[in-house]
Parts: sequence; C-alpha cells; structure tokens
Amino acid sequence: MSPSSDSPGRRALRRLLRRPAAVFGLAVVATFVAIAVIAPLIAPFDPIATDWGAIRKAPGALHWFGTDENGRDMLARVMFGARASLSAGVISVAISIAVGLPLGLLAGFLGGWIDAIISRIADAMLACPFLILAIALAAFLGPSLSNAMIAIGISATPAFIRLTRGATLNAAVEDYVEAARAVGNPRWRIAVRHLLPNILPPIMVQATLAIAAAIIAEASLSFLGLGQQPPEPSWGSMLNSAQRFIEQAPWMALFPGAAIFLVVLGFNLLGDGLRDALDPRHR
Amino acid sequence: MRMKRTLMAGLAALALAAGAAHAQTTLRIGLAEDPDALDPTFARTFVGRIVFAGLCDKLFDIDKDLKIVPQLATGYEWSDGGKVLTIKLRPNVLFHDGEKMDAEAVRFSLDRHLNSPRSGRRAEISVIKTIEVVDPLTVKLTLSTAFAPLIAQFTDRAGMMVSPKAATAAGDQFAQKPVCAGPFKFVERVAQDRIVLEKFPQYWNAANVHFDRVIYRPISDSSVRLANLKAGALDMIERMLATDVPASKKDAKLVVVPVKELGYQGITFNLGNGEKAKAPIGADPRVREAFELAIDRNVINQVVYNGEYTPTVQAVPPSSPYHNKNLKVPGRDVAKAKALLAAAGQKNPVVNLTVPNSPDLRQVAEILQSMTKEAGFDLRINVMEFASSLNAAERGDFEAYILAWSGRPDPDGNLYVFITKNGPQNYGKYFNADVDKMMDEQRAVADMTQRQALLGKIMETTHKDLPILYLWHRTNFMAHTTKLTGFQPVPDAMIRLQGMKLAAN
Amino acid sequence: MLAFLARRLAQVLPTLAVVSVIVFSLQLLLPGDPALVLAGEDRDPKVLAEIRERYGLDQPVHVQYARWVWGVLHGDLGESMRVGVPVGELVMSKLPVTLQLGSMAFVIACAIGIPAGVLSAVKKDSVWDYLANALSLWGLSTPNFWLGIMLILLVSVQLGWLPPSGYVSPFEDWRQSLATTIMPAFVLGNSIAAVLMRHTRAAMLQALNQDYVRTARAKGLTEAVVVNKHALRNALVPVVTLGALELGALFSGAVLTEQVFTIPGFGKLVVDAVFNRDYLVVQGVVLVTATAYVMLNLLADVAYFLINPRLRQE
Repeated sequence: MSPSSDSPGRRALRRLLRRPAAVFGLAVVATFVAIAVIAPLIAPFDPIATDWGAIRKAPGALHWFGTDENGRDMLARVMFGARASLSAGVISVAISIAVGLPLGLLAGFLGGWIDAIISRIADAMLACPFLILAIALAAFLGPSLSNAMIAIGISATPAFIRLTRGATLNAAVEDYVEAARAVGNPRWRIAVRHLLPNILPPIMVQATLAIAAAIIAEASLSFLGLGQQPPEPSWGSMLNSAQRFIEQAPWMALFPGAAIFLVVLGFNLLGDGLRDALDPRHR
Repeated sequence: MRMKRTLMAGLAALALAAGAAHAQTTLRIGLAEDPDALDPTFARTFVGRIVFAGLCDKLFDIDKDLKIVPQLATGYEWSDGGKVLTIKLRPNVLFHDGEKMDAEAVRFSLDRHLNSPRSGRRAEISVIKTIEVVDPLTVKLTLSTAFAPLIAQFTDRAGMMVSPKAATAAGDQFAQKPVCAGPFKFVERVAQDRIVLEKFPQYWNAANVHFDRVIYRPISDSSVRLANLKAGALDMIERMLATDVPASKKDAKLVVVPVKELGYQGITFNLGNGEKAKAPIGADPRVREAFELAIDRNVINQVVYNGEYTPTVQAVPPSSPYHNKNLKVPGRDVAKAKALLAAAGQKNPVVNLTVPNSPDLRQVAEILQSMTKEAGFDLRINVMEFASSLNAAERGDFEAYILAWSGRPDPDGNLYVFITKNGPQNYGKYFNADVDKMMDEQRAVADMTQRQALLGKIMETTHKDLPILYLWHRTNFMAHTTKLTGFQPVPDAMIRLQGMKLAAN
Repeated sequence: MLAFLARRLAQVLPTLAVVSVIVFSLQLLLPGDPALVLAGEDRDPKVLAEIRERYGLDQPVHVQYARWVWGVLHGDLGESMRVGVPVGELVMSKLPVTLQLGSMAFVIACAIGIPAGVLSAVKKDSVWDYLANALSLWGLSTPNFWLGIMLILLVSVQLGWLPPSGYVSPFEDWRQSLATTIMPAFVLGNSIAAVLMRHTRAAMLQALNQDYVRTARAKGLTEAVVVNKHALRNALVPVVTLGALELGALFSGAVLTEQVFTIPGFGKLVVDAVFNRDYLVVQGVVLVTATAYVMLNLLADVAYFLINPRLRQE
C-alpha cells in the first residue's frame, strides 16, 4: 500500500470530528458501548436477582428506574440490556456484510447470468416485508438472541448485495481498474486489491445505519417474544413484559424504550456524519 | 384513579356510537382469541366453545356442581352392564333452519362426529359401535365396551346436534354458516373482528333468552379487552389478567366473576421418551421430589397470579366430586430438597425446562429458576413457541415441559390420555402398570364411591411417581358491567346466555 | 420505451418467481407441525394424519409447491386452515383496513416530511435546517411499537382523548373510524415522514442548483416563486416516486403497529397466522404484498424513465 492511502482516511476522520452532530452520535454510541462492557461493575443490582418484596416498585431512591414484575432492578436490566442490543446490532450487520459483500462483488464484477440470478434473489427478498421474513426466520431457528441476530442478518443482506453491486459497477469503469485489467491482473486480484477499497466507504456508511435498523429489529423480535430469552434482559423483551402492566407500571416501558431510542439515534447521527465525511459529493 | 376514568371517557364515545346503531338489545362479549372453525365436529379451541354456548345446544349440560342436567335430551338410561345407552329426546325442538331436531338428526350428527375425516370428536366418543333410532324421540347407542364418561362427553361439542339438511347441503363449508339448535342463530362472521348471532324465536327455551343479538369480539390484548369493558364498548369479557383483578373488583361499575377451571397447569417430565429421559430429573424420582420441595407454589401464585389460582398436586380440581381431599400441597423445604439431591448423588442437577412462549409462563419459569437454585438445581429456561414446543414434546425432545390442560367435567378426561401407557398425550412416556389397570377399571364403574376410591388411589400414586408436577388449577376471570345480570358461572367457563339480562341505560 | 419496458418486465417475472419460492419456503422454515396446532387439545394421531392429508401436508415438498403455484395462477390462494375461509377472501377483507391506515400514514408523512424538507433545503444550515434534521432523526430512531405504547399511555390513558385500540370502519361511522386510526397512522407515518424529508431536502438542494433556477433568479423572480414554481415542482417528482417505494417499509411497520393497537388489518393477520402456523394465510399475505411492491417498483421505474430524458436516450 502506498503511504498516501491512509491519508484520505485521516482526512475523513477530521471531517467527521468537525461535525457536532456526528461527534454527539459517536459519544452516545461510545457511552452505551462502555455501559455494556462495564455493566457488571457499575450496575447497582444483579439484573436477574428477584425480590418478591419489591415487585413493580415505582422509580425511587433505591431503584432509580423502578423494579419489574419479579422485583428486579430496572436500571441494572437496562444496563445489561445494552449488551444484547448492541451485540445484536453489530453481529447481525456483520452477518449481512459477510454474505452480501461477496455476492454483490460477484454480481457486479462478473455480470451475466450470475449477476441476473443474484440480483433476482436480492430483488425478491427485498420485496418480502423485512420484519415478516425476520419473524419467520426467527421462529424457524427458535427463539434466542443469537437466532434473532441470524434472522435479522439474513433479512438485511439484500440491501448490501445491491449496494456492493452498484458500487462495483461504478468502480469497475474507473481508470485504475481498467489499467489493472490491461496489465493482465487476474480478475479476483482486481476485485480484492482495487475494487474493495473503493467500495468500502459506502458500505461503512450503510453498515452504521443498518446497525441502527438492526437494533430496532432485534427489539421488535424480542417484543414478540422471539429474541432474548429470560431471565437475561434485552430492551425488547423488557418492553414485552411491560405491556402487561402498562397502566400499573408505566416505567417498565419507558426506560428500555428510551434506551433504544438513544442508541439508535446515536448510530443514525454517526452514520449521517460518516456519509458526509466519506462522500463529499453528498453534502 | 383519574387515569382510569379518563380512559373510560375516551372509549365511552365509541360505545355510545355503537349503541346508537341498534335499538334492540345487543350483548357484546370480548373474547381472548379468535375462534377457529364454527363447526362442532371440527372445532378444537376453547374459545370456540364459548361461541357454541350461544349457537348450539347439546344433548346434556353440566351445572355449577358438575352435575349432568338435560338440554336437548330429557334423560338417559344405562343397560347391559353399561354397554347400551338409551337417550330420550326433548319433543318439539327445531334447528335454526326450521328442521326437526329428532332421533334421526341425532343419529346423523353423531355419525358425522364419528365418521367425518378430521373430526375432533371421534376420539371422544369412539366407543360408540352402533346408533339406532328407536322412535322419533329415542336413540339407542351400543358401545364396544362399558364407558361411564360418555355422558360427560355429550355435555360438550360431541353432544351438539346440527341440522342434517343444512350440513349435507353445505358440506365442507358448514363452518361458514353453522345451523344448530341453540338459543341464537348465526348471522355473520368477520375473521379476527366479530361473530354476530341473533335470537332464534322458535328456540325451545326462548322464554329464557333476553337479547336480540349477541356479538363476540376477539381482542387478544387483555388490558385492551378490559379497557373496552370499562368504557362500555363491551358488556362482558373472559380471561381477565389476574393482576387486573384487584383494581377491577374496586370498580363500582364492574362485576368480577372468578370461575375455577376444570383443568390444571403442570410440569410434564420426560421419564421414558428417548435420550432426554436420561436426564437426572427424569431418571430419579428423588430429584423430582426435591424439585417439588424446592418450589413454593403459593409464592408463585401470589407474584404472578395475584394469589387467584389454586395450588394443587393433582389433576382433578376441588370443584369435582372426584377431587382427592387427602392430597395436600407440600410446603417449601429447601433443606430436605438438598438432602434428597445428595441421596440421589446429584448435588447440582441441570434441568432443561421447556416453556411455551407466553408472558405469564415466562415469568413463572424465571421464578422457578430462582427458587430451585437455592436447592442446588441449575434450571435452564428454554422458551419455545407453543407450536414448536408441542412438536418437541411429541418427539421426546424435552426434559421438563410446562403444559396446561383446560380440563373436562369427567376426571377421566384429565387423566387417561396423560398417564396411561399408550395415552396420546403421555409425552414423557410414564408407565406404571398399577395405574393403567386402575384407569381401565374406573372407566367401567358406574358407582360414584367406587370410582372415587379408584381415582383417589391413582392420584396418590402419580403424586409419588411425579410424571407430572401439578402446579395449580387456574381461574378464569370473567367480568361484566353491572347492567348485566343473571350470569351463572359453571366450572367449564362457558358463557351460557340463557337467563342473562341487560338492563336498559 | 417499449424496449425498456420489455427489459424491465423480463426482470419482474423471474423476481416474482423467486418471490413465490421464498414465500413458499416460509412454510418449510416455520417449525411446528400445523396439524398439531390445528388439532387443538385432543391430539388424536388418526385425526392428525387426516388433517395432513386434507391440506396436502403429507405430499412431497415439490408437489405442495406445484399445487400452490397452480392455484395461485388460477387466482386461488388456498384456504385458511384455522378458520376454514378462503385466503383470498381474508386478504380482501383485511386489505381495506391496512389501506386506510397506510394512506392516512402516507398523508401524514407527506404533510410533515415535504414541507420540512423544503424548509431545510431553502434555509440550509439555519436553525430551521437543524430542526428539520432533528425531526427526521427522531422519526428514524423511535421504534414504532414503543411510540405506540407511549402514545396509548399518554393520549388514551392519561388524557383520555382517543380510544386506546380497536377499529371502526369509516362506512360505519367515519368519525369513530378517524378516532381509532389517527394514532396508529401517526405512529406509522412518523418514520416515513423522516425518509420523505431527507429525499425532499436532497432533491430540493439539487434543484436549487440547476440552471433554470439560476435563470429564474436572474430574471428577478421573487424567492417564493422560484422555490414553489420552479424548484419544488421539479424536486417533487423523484420524491413522490421514491416515496412510493416506502410502502414496503409501511407494511413492515404496520405489522407491529397493528399488533400494538389491535387493528384487524394485514399485519395482524400475518403475525397471528405465523403463530398459529396457518401457512396458506402467511403465504397469501406475503405474496400479495411482495407482488404489490414489485409492481410499484416497476411503476416507479417507468415514471423515472419518462421524466429523465438522459435515460431515454440510452
């Protein structure tokens, strides 16, 4: 790699940090990541320790966020819930990229029949409502957090296929790729060496925004009882149990929902900032 | 409180608008689910039976003490050592299409229950060998073997008679326009939205019917169902959440009617169905006993169900004359549970508990986990959707499984298929030769005291063997507005419309 | 034009074929034997076998698929195993509900999203721009179902202004119908408004940079005329076509929103069907929505083609 190749990255980072909204997004995301990592150290209670004497207590001095239907501390559960939500967001998008990127590269680079087949499958999957696909897949795999991640990851894959394919098509006609081809480089090497670095920025932007969508999707699945399983907390499953007590214990719905909102907002801000920083044309 | 009142006001407008549309009296009932096919031969859901109570009369009915009382039939007689049953029918009864409900119609309906492919009734009355029309008001059934619980079967869907003419004409589509001999006839059904019935003027007991129309509305969210009732958009609801009971009891405009169900909720253990039966909980009765001693049914009942359920250790509820009063719910004893585990050589046994995906059962599982942990158990919760969990149970892919049974008026219906060797719902493949022998014996016995003794002994044995850890008998909370009077709770938790009245505004 | 249409149609047909395979494999994916669920509490093995036979569940997968596709091509989506009603009939009875909800949501989304987008583009980098952006971020970041729960809590439980749930047809009582659908429509429209705002902003920024706008400005036309007559008119076309594609998102959103507000529409139908293992209903609903989505895509492409002269020359 030439020494100049890391400087566009650094320039992009500087552009990113100049945008207050993006910095705020980054800070929110970083805070939640930190909370997720050190939850065992900072949580005031054990998130799965039940207390029959403190069932559905309103927020107060002892339990800042109140307690749930089993007398468990909501603050601790929201903190530990960050682990489920963040890992669901990141891992399911990683799955989408791992499947979608090679397929999109293949379709865009090889064209012809392969492109037609891959594109039709992506089109067809995009046509089926995302959440229904995810629900069916999650039901198939059995309710658990990791299965929900797989279900969301697969359902979100076609977007990455399309994006990679489009970016590959655009990049393939650029001069440097033509040049590499003229020199007689093998196809796969052109793809990996020359195309990949150039299509990464849009993928990164899409990935950040997709994490936000995946976190909401995980919460939706857990809300339907198809995600994180008891007694481990996740924000979606907390909302699921909260629904039964919406009148008696509204705090059970308020805090997990607010946490989802904040972290999703953080990723959206960060994604927007990244897009502006990586792709000056978009401004 | 202010919250509640304003919520009501919000819905009140809706109610007024709905009320203004009909000048006649309409009873509006909120159901917890949308019923399945409205055909007594094929219907399979509990909620569907609630609608049938308005639509289809049965040969017999049960009263609040579970006694058999006449409905379309006026009486019955056993002969030939319990192998022949003669049923006398009520004269001058008409179906909704004006056809006569006579012995021929009974023969047709029973034949339809027995011989339609996919019939949900066949297993219930399969002992019937021949059906004979003696005269227009007398039917004689010959059984392949003496079977005392048969009469009880006729108090449910197997006893519902359909118009032969309409059923023949409609064929497969009968469920879309059912024609029975109940107090109300079918008008329309909008799936997931409503089922509408209207008064049948020629009903044999029409003097006891006081509404022009009944509308059943499926509303699956229990708090929404309750909100609609409070607002006056509904007159009656079934299956209210136990946690909503205290506040509703205080509401001066509502009447809460607890109906103790005929069934039970329990944990079925895998004792002999494949590899999973080798887990400590299935292999050693001492581990199961320790499990029982480690939990406190009363606390779970209190936390999850507001203390409204009835903790139990047997399949038959207290409302039944066959309930065994000598079987007591043991208190929690963690020390003894630990000792039992030590004796079994299993200090920290892992138990995988399959839990159908519903909020209250998930909560129950969480509490069981935290309680048994103190005795040394490592309870792992495996939540599954109901459909998948049943499949897994059939395959023997479970160690312990929380399962409920809605219950039958006759105790045989709560026991036979679950604990006899070849019972289709004996998922854990429990087998005790003595139990099987006694179960067959009690079926042939018509004398109540003799049956009581046999069934009592059976349930004592199952409490020792613990193929199923019975947890509690549930309570179905019905609630209605004070304008509605005359609702009689019967343990089958059906809504019998006869005798109910709605006061004018 | 004809060549373009032919090329697009040649893509649509295989896409629909793949859709049918995906939709059908949803059945294979869903675990749990529907016969077991259908059989209710009394699970008599003989009855189970008869149910499997009746619905062709005992047939090999390819036979089941062929039968289903054959039926679909003849306008027969099969019959709901649970209620015994033809799926086509169920779909037709639920469609108006979701259409009402969806179109109300779309109107709300346009009413919020387009003005906000125009404003933020015209007043780029002003407080208005930031406010509009904040609004769209709010819309993109709130989970539908949570917003629904919170609104029920606030508007229905606390304030008592609107009924918390249920549905009344506009033909029965249009005012009640409005009262029952306005909250869910807002919840649904909320996130789409955000997307529309972003599209509008981008399109307006582009339009404002075009030559004809500069010319109009140079001619001394007032800014209001320039924005409304020249820029907005041109910017709206891509916004509306792109917006039409949001109908897919609308349906995904309706799934949970209808669940939260207990509205008997498409979304509730399909979720209940998934949990009841009523395969043919799941397949029917997904097939209908996917086909509608593919067709909308096609229409949007054709519209784009007609508008964009550069594409026409290709």
